[in-house]
Amino acid sequence: MTEDMLETAAAWAEAGEQVAIATVVETWGSSPRPAGSMLVVTASGRMAGSVSGGCIEGAVAEVAQETMRTGQPQLLDFGISDERAWEVGLACGGKLKVFVEKLA
Amino acid sequence: MKLSLLASLRAARAAGRPVVLLTRLSDGHQCLWPDEALPGALAEAAQAALDSDRTANIESEGEAWFVQPHNPPLRLVIVGAVHVAQALAPMAAGMGFDVTIVDPRRAFATEERFAGVTLNHEWPDEAMTALSPDTRTAIVTLTHDPKLDDPALDVALKSPAFYIGALGSRRTHAKRVDRLKELGHGDAAIARIAAPVGLDIGAVTAPEIALSIMAQVVARRRGK
Repeated sequence: MTEDMLETAAAWAEAGEQVAIATVVETWGSSPRPAGSMLVVTASGRMAGSVSGGCIEGAVAEVAQETMRTGQPQLLDFGISDERAWEVGLACGGKLKVFVEKLA
Repeated sequence: MKLSLLASLRAARAAGRPVVLLTRLSDGHQCLWPDEALPGALAEAAQAALDSDRTANIESEGEAWFVQPHNPPLRLVIVGAVHVAQALAPMAAGMGFDVTIVDPRRAFATEERFAGVTLNHEWPDEAMTALSPDTRTAIVTLTHDPKLDDPALDVALKSPAFYIGALGSRRTHAKRVDRLKELGHGDAAIARIAAPVGLDIGAVTAPEIALSIMAQVVARRRGK
């Protein structure tokens, strides 16, 4: 899965898209996607892969857009102790960290 | 990630060369090991990640790093281009396994029956020796035919393959054990063979048998 996402990121970049890569770097408790799982996002809104059961993808994709604009990588923290997790719907009760970076 | 680093990472993967991607989480700085020399603690963490095939989070000189191994794909060698193999090959591929089907009987091992799967028409002992199973290889024999299964198992048992499974009933396996003993394999070696192959889920159809086999392969892989 991870491997495919790198190929996807490369293919999209070669096709002239701006690309950001989000990677799960740490998980605690129940987490549907293991560390190393990736979500690839383009500035044009294409998405491939996943970093959760779908609950935080929207929030991650938004940050990815910001990262593509600024070039600044970000480390995102999602979890039940975090208000934001509820906002984005991480109701499964897990906790995870996602690193978002621009491909440049 | 820098495009140049992604290119190096893809090149290593295409060559089947294990590498580790290390990311400093404070600023996104990345390096590829062992292409780049790293201070002791980071290099050690990288090696450990490759050995365990697991990502790691480590702290080095006050900085948090994400350590991600990129090992070559796991391999599944299926001996016997039979009906179960037709269900097993795509299932294993979906789990990231690099699948090879060994069967010298060209009528079975056809492109038509196994689209997109690597087919090897050598005799199983030659094929298996050339494939050189390692600790990231699983082997399943499905032909039922001692002429084909036995030579494959003989090579498999001499290899460090993490999984060896053989299709066949308990009775079939008992006879197989006798033959493998004649070939000089001891009890400990023979105990490595999962037979009857697969987890006992009451599988009947070919896809169900394939599922029970893959479930057992994954369980072994994960140390269960």
